[in-house]
Amino acid sequence: MKQTATEVLVIGGGAAGLSAAAEAASAGAKVLVVESDLRLGGQLIKQTHKFFGSKDEYAGTRGFKIADILLNEIDSFKDSVSILQNTTVTGYYIEDDTFTAMRGEEEVFQIKSQKTIIATGAQERLIPFPNNDLPGVYGAGAVQTLMNVYGVLPGKRVLMIGAGNIGLIVSYQLMQAGVEVAAIVEAGPRIGGYWVHAAKIRRLGVPILLRHSIKKALGEDVVTGAVITGLNEKFEHVGPEEEIECDLICIAVGLSPTTELLSQAGCKMMYVPQLCGNVAQRDRTMRTSNPGFYTAGDASGIEEASAAMVEGRIAGLSAAASLGYPTEHGKIDEYWGRLESLRMGEAGARICQGIECVLVKGWEGASHE
Amino acid sequence: MSDKTMDMLFNSGVLTGEREGALLPPRELWEKKKGGVVVIECPQRIPCNPCHTSCPTGAILPFEDINNTPNVNWEKCTGCTLCVSACPGLACFVIDLTFSEENALYKLPYEMLPLPSKGQKIQCLDREGKCVGEGTVENVTQPRKDRTHVVHVSAPKSLVTIFRAIRVVK
Repeated sequence: MKQTATEVLVIGGGAAGLSAAAEAASAGAKVLVVESDLRLGGQLIKQTHKFFGSKDEYAGTRGFKIADILLNEIDSFKDSVSILQNTTVTGYYIEDDTFTAMRGEEEVFQIKSQKTIIATGAQERLIPFPNNDLPGVYGAGAVQTLMNVYGVLPGKRVLMIGAGNIGLIVSYQLMQAGVEVAAIVEAGPRIGGYWVHAAKIRRLGVPILLRHSIKKALGEDVVTGAVITGLNEKFEHVGPEEEIECDLICIAVGLSPTTELLSQAGCKMMYVPQLCGNVAQRDRTMRTSNPGFYTAGDASGIEEASAAMVEGRIAGLSAAASLGYPTEHGKIDEYWGRLESLRMGEAGARICQGIECVLVKGWEGASHE
Repeated sequence: MSDKTMDMLFNSGVLTGEREGALLPPRELWEKKKGGVVVIECPQRIPCNPCHTSCPTGAILPFEDINNTPNVNWEKCTGCTLCVSACPGLACFVIDLTFSEENALYKLPYEMLPLPSKGQKIQCLDREGKCVGEGTVENVTQPRKDRTHVVHVSAPKSLVTIFRAIRVVK
């Protein structure tokens, strides 16, 4: 089988992966970025809203423009960064220390790397309800991809399930594309996303129904509506049923980190509710219990893209440093300072609790980097 | 409205009353300021500061902690609308009470289609999207050339505490 080798392998070409690749390359390392999608940028390329954060995280810039900035940065290291798109890393074989990968539908090959950064992002969660297999029931990520990457409208009138940042932002984008948002239902007693994201949708007349959820989708061949009800404290359906007319039901109830490769590499994993699932334990350099593996971005815990980019920088820098490339002293502390400041808000408190659970002081036998 | 209803409303994204990060400018100063002053509705601690970094006059004060809610020195504000178009949450508005005897000039962020044109009548919406009056578009600008428009609308001064968005009727 064909085999390719690299110093630093970055799996995932999204916000974290691109930042990691740029940082490792700037230190002098040879980097290979493998991206399963047809193009780089991950979730950034679907984000038409302006980002929060500070100037360091490109605040006030729209997500897809941030992808362009990162791609330009990568381009400036084109002698040391190779990129494989439409390529999925299908597994890691610990006994051979080898990855298998597939490009397109046909080409299968192996990858050997000295250091690997897992920046595989996240997967959408779904909730079960009768008829949720009808055409017209979508995950929010699919709606964003159709609408913002391919320019395809998924429907005319939508019921949004979930008022976290994704539910709120995708509702707003649907409205910008001319889709009517019938309502947003949120199982919790308050919106989960940023208050200002909710306010801008409310001002345009969209109801956000707290302590409400979908009971079933309606329709024979395709979605023609949905039944919603209130929820009690135990999240059981209570109160009168209400029928919503819609041809699109969009599910935005959260994400789970994509961590299969980390498990295959024997990295010590931990279930951390605040980080939304099973994640790898890591030290301050984002190194996992396997000295060859680093983790960054949503794969290391669900958080904003701004934090993913900083984590990517840390992982890229550390991977290069561990290969002996000279890196600026104190840079990791500076990046941690940025992370800490991003995590000092309301949402950040939860993230910090989660990080505290998975962060180790250092790994036994590891030299201090 | 009961406290519980107020809380539910706020928790769904509707401002209820004045809060930290969502304070109105002092009325006396506001009534005299030509060009208007900024009204910010950003009552939650989130890591964000483009309102401050985009402000050319120092009216939006520096953030000691990026998660703090914004603080404004309204004396320094010229109503330039750079923050209106920079704010990722569309939470900055400029309201000029010196526009005319009856009307104020509301400068509101707008990212929808169709774009209204000068002289067009539009619906004035409150924080829940209810139509509370009619306004006239006086100008449409794009301060940062980044596709966030600022629509300048003349509408009755009586709407000053409730009018926060527009609907363009096709």
